[in-house]
Amino acid sequence: MNLAQTFKLAYRNIWRNKTRSWLSVLAVGIGMALLLLMVSVLEGEMRGALDNTIRLQSGHLQIRPAAYAENKISLKWDDLIDNPTEVAEKIKSIPQVAIATPRLIASAILSVKDQSKGVQILGIDPASAANQPFRQGMLAGNFITADDREGILIGNLLAEKLNLKTGDQVNLLAATSNGDMNQQIFTVRGVFTTRTPGYDENTIFMPLAKAQAFTVTENHASLIFIMLQNADQAEAVAQALKSNNLKVLTWREQNMFITQFEDYANAFFVVLYLIVLGITATVVTNTLVMAVFERTREIGILSAIGMKGSGIMAQFLTEAALLATGGVIAGLILGGALVAYYTINGIYIGDYGITGVLFEDRIYAHLTVQNTLNLAVVTYLVTLVASLYPARLAARLEPVEALHGLGE
Amino acid sequence: MEVAKVSNVTRVYKIGEIETQALRGVNLSIQSGEFTALVGPSGSGKTTLLQLFGLLDQPTSGNVYINGKDATAFNRNQRADLRKSSIGFVFQFFALIPTLTAYENVEMPLLLNGMNPVERKRRVNEMLEAVGLENRAQHRPDQLSGGQQQRAAVARALATNPKLILADEPTANLDTENGKQVMDIMQKLNQETGVTFIFATHDPRVFGYAKRIVTLQDGLITQDNQAHGK
Repeated sequence: MNLAQTFKLAYRNIWRNKTRSWLSVLAVGIGMALLLLMVSVLEGEMRGALDNTIRLQSGHLQIRPAAYAENKISLKWDDLIDNPTEVAEKIKSIPQVAIATPRLIASAILSVKDQSKGVQILGIDPASAANQPFRQGMLAGNFITADDREGILIGNLLAEKLNLKTGDQVNLLAATSNGDMNQQIFTVRGVFTTRTPGYDENTIFMPLAKAQAFTVTENHASLIFIMLQNADQAEAVAQALKSNNLKVLTWREQNMFITQFEDYANAFFVVLYLIVLGITATVVTNTLVMAVFERTREIGILSAIGMKGSGIMAQFLTEAALLATGGVIAGLILGGALVAYYTINGIYIGDYGITGVLFEDRIYAHLTVQNTLNLAVVTYLVTLVASLYPARLAARLEPVEALHGLGE
Repeated sequence: MEVAKVSNVTRVYKIGEIETQALRGVNLSIQSGEFTALVGPSGSGKTTLLQLFGLLDQPTSGNVYINGKDATAFNRNQRADLRKSSIGFVFQFFALIPTLTAYENVEMPLLLNGMNPVERKRRVNEMLEAVGLENRAQHRPDQLSGGQQQRAAVARALATNPKLILADEPTANLDTENGKQVMDIMQKLNQETGVTFIFATHDPRVFGYAKRIVTLQDGLITQDNQAHGK
């Protein structure tokens, strides 16, 4: 029997019990839709976290002094980059570089009335395009200017926590490069949001020159923040920038935690896939086993007229393939709709933070062609594997047993 | 020429600890062109013998020969191949595939034999015409009467031009008129094409058609008579 005939017979058999076939297709479809949603939420979460962390914190590349050590905020001149504006200008001349700007990081305590909170001062060049995410996120007031000697910007969550608004005055107490403490009254010029709770609650901006003066770091900066035309060029540009007294860190090196977390999450999701697909497979197996029992006599007839076990097996596998095709299509439609909804609206997670990773307060689903194809193929294969047992059961029926009841 | 033969076959069914001897050492040779009825009461072993001739079952001991070949040691696939090419079946219940039309049911064994589409179409139409179902070709089994279904089953059995047709109680579920029609068709095909028929039956209406009547009782052949037929 040729493929077309096998297909025709399988198609008609599928429609013999419409309700059962639809339920099987739906089971496969719902299983696949849930997995599509899960995988796209994870992809969206990781992509969002990486994108945020690159945009707000790590850049594609960072130039650090040779003495730089992770998790250490030092203002000693040896631990800082000397003459950072000149270094940044040189880096900007490299064609692959879109933005290069110096930044100074310092720890401080912000006090207002009887409340205080530990914050991180980020000294920035207000004119740099690197600040675009912050400019776009301005909720109130104006962005700081390079010559502002008293102005700062604060995140909206910090503003809410300390009940601050534009024009309010705050006291900042910070350690200086020589180990002394310095304090000054600053005015809140504006409130920004990055929609990243970890960032908006802990970061304040002030112009680089003022930050240098406040922390007595003079013409020094903690890092040069670099954005490239294309993230994939990071390794090549890092190689070109290598020097003895400076360290070049790529976004991959800085955000290894995110990629490792993604690997870990993927491993965990494999277990979830197995559970969901296992349930789906059970439904398909059950449907086909019932079909085998209902059609035992027909199997006997086909066997009697000369159809071999392999032909009978092919018949049931084709039926499973049709169910799988329907299930995958249903899964794509249902899953597509779910993913589309959460791609647009996101899932609110609130202040969910991991040190060093900047999660937004919403996760937006992100479905890739690769993930869709992978899931479609896996769902299809799992459905086919689930049909092996009933197909084999049918193929191994002895003709005389299958025909039982036809004779005396 | 000998089409089928069983030599000293026994068949024991075991259900739990209980053994039932359906055949107790049967010898029977069927010659080409015969129109033989296996008769006997229920439980006499006629269906079991028919199933052994049809290679649907295997004897507990003894040998089964089809077209001179000892098929006893054949594996499942070899038995399926031999059934496909040489043996046609008509069952008591009108054993058609319910999702296929009469035409497609008759076509099925030809598809399994890999016949080309043009020849296949010609052969299916020829067989449907032979059993008087040319106008019901596109009807599914549930749209056919019992007699029409059994005639379609006869057409299917004959489609591949087998040497041997095995019919198990072919008239048991048919009324007198339809039973007669089916028997008339099978007799006509036997006379015109020379195809060999073996029936298992306890329907006295069928006895009259048989050229040879083999009587079984308790798993043994008790009589083997040549008859004149209708």
